[in-house]
Amino acid sequence: MISNSQLVNKYFRHSKKFPHIWCPGCGIGTILGNMLRAIDALELDKNEIAFVSGIGCTGRAPVYVDFNTLHTTHGRALPFATGLKLARPELKVIVATGDGDSTAIGGNHLIHACRRNIDITTIIFNNYIYGMTGGQYSPTTPHGDRAYTCKLGNIERPFNISALVEAAGATFVGRTTSYHTLQMQNIIKKAIQHKGFSVVEVITHCPTTYGRLNRKGGAVEMLRWQKEVAVEKSRAEKMSPEELEGRIITGVLIEKELPEFCEQYDTIITRAQNQTRGKLS
Amino acid sequence: MSKKTSYQLMQGNEAVAAGALAAGVDFFAGYPITPSTEIAEILADRLPENGGKFIQMEDEIGSIAAIIGAAIGGRKALTATSGPGFSLMQENLGFACLAEIPIVIVNVMRAGPSTGLPTSPSQGDVMQARWGTHGDHPIIVLTPSSVEEAFSYTVKAVNFSEKYRNPVIVLMDEVIGHMRARVSLPPAAMIERINRVRPNMPPEWYQPYERSASGVAPMASFGDGYRYHITGLVHDTKGFPTANPNEARDNIRGLFAKIERGFREVCLVDYELMEDAEHAILAYGSMVLSARSALEDLRQAGLKVGLIKLGTLWPFPRFALEHYLPQLKTIIVPELNMGQIYREVLRVNAGKAVIEKINRVNGTIITPDEIVKTVKGIVR
Repeated sequence: MISNSQLVNKYFRHSKKFPHIWCPGCGIGTILGNMLRAIDALELDKNEIAFVSGIGCTGRAPVYVDFNTLHTTHGRALPFATGLKLARPELKVIVATGDGDSTAIGGNHLIHACRRNIDITTIIFNNYIYGMTGGQYSPTTPHGDRAYTCKLGNIERPFNISALVEAAGATFVGRTTSYHTLQMQNIIKKAIQHKGFSVVEVITHCPTTYGRLNRKGGAVEMLRWQKEVAVEKSRAEKMSPEELEGRIITGVLIEKELPEFCEQYDTIITRAQNQTRGKLS
Repeated sequence: MSKKTSYQLMQGNEAVAAGALAAGVDFFAGYPITPSTEIAEILADRLPENGGKFIQMEDEIGSIAAIIGAAIGGRKALTATSGPGFSLMQENLGFACLAEIPIVIVNVMRAGPSTGLPTSPSQGDVMQARWGTHGDHPIIVLTPSSVEEAFSYTVKAVNFSEKYRNPVIVLMDEVIGHMRARVSLPPAAMIERINRVRPNMPPEWYQPYERSASGVAPMASFGDGYRYHITGLVHDTKGFPTANPNEARDNIRGLFAKIERGFREVCLVDYELMEDAEHAILAYGSMVLSARSALEDLRQAGLKVGLIKLGTLWPFPRFALEHYLPQLKTIIVPELNMGQIYREVLRVNAGKAVIEKINRVNGTIITPDEIVKTVKGIVR
């Protein structure tokens, strides 16, 4: 496996002004690093990777890495990525998005991208909170938990992102945590190789806002919690609903083959051109 | 010319689609909305025949996002919509302005606000086209007043967007969009196609927002070996976010400077019977048709009236007015809104001539007779 210094030299932008904007203990860097390790293991050409994001802490990920990088508007990474992928199907398009970005303001785009089955890999960094704006509740903040816009406890029920994208038609769904780095690399690798719309939900931690407000401790304690609640899918299948209460099922949850959007569009082009030739002759 | 001109019966929206194809548009993303839907339907058929791509998105926010993505991938991309959809597009229109992505948005206007009077004619989106998205930004807005211009202005819109790396809006009346007329379109070989300037330096030297002498930076497509960053944040010449006041100033002022440099080129204005005119009707879009017809009557009545026809609304072609102001006593501005261009005319006029407006916001048009009556009432 690639060493950390090799990773930095090969994939980070040396002309970009570091340090990055993320808080000490943030999980985003871990996910970004493991995404890069997955890309390195797949030996992908940097010129052929387009890395697209929306707004929020996660939205800042692309600027640091040496790919074709596109930092779009809040919630809109997927439609930008859709246009780019359809325009240039040879590109590997990877989207990085947070829980608020992908399931609140961008929720409509997310379900339609799943339904369309366009060959894009979406990594959802789920830290249960709006971090960049200072800790407001998101669509994944657990019921009863606190944020600065629900100091007395959240009365809304959270989305289960993996279940949501599965229902919307994603043909690959994986879930992991920022503690389980090897599993994360493997799932991201499989997601990138998958032909069709793939989603990897990574449960991660925001010690600065969510952790502090809900007395979850610092980054170490929050990582320990991820380690404790995660259950690999094959083990979860042998557990009762009572045993699974409060646990997070990880692993590749869905993997199926269905016609991919860009490939189908190519057949439309062929058919349309045959029709026109038919008309002319 | 010995060559026979061939004519065809064509609708304004059809002419937009034909103009898009003639200009080399090979990507369309959109969402159905009357009275613009014909453009999407025609391009859904015609684009794949030519190897182009069409996609119907989940909403207009996604539609404009998809054409921006496609333009970044190297395509010439266009979308078409009407008021409610145009409102949804404002967010990413600002992105395209700041990130300098060439795209074209066709807005076939209907009466608003909100769902309004679907789908009666209106010119209510003039100021929205100028200032709809937040923040200071330059924009180019063209407005055709005939089916033939729906074709030629769409070609120009695509060319201007490529040349200036800026979004261009084609703001069209429902009247022009749905009007059918006998038109003769130029053959494909006669149509000028402008392509964005691409970088020719080695990738390690490329700075995506380093402006060349023309004021516009060469634009690389994703996947062409120039790995760089595009963002909706204010950025430096490398494309990286910056909060440095000097770099921020250069970024925003650079946007304005490139359009100011092209000001004369992007300002399309025509004059009819203006040489000896003492009074002028200033009109655009469907109001040109009413004004032209009124002009005949007024001239027959012995009144020296001319027509200033705006083909570009933004940047506002102030020189068109300034040139004739010394000889003009009156300027009449008929509009299907409460007076949006009227205010621009007042500003440029600065108290020199008498400015009168005729407004209509009930979903019907202003007829030639009404213009004749108004002019006679003022002039006598």
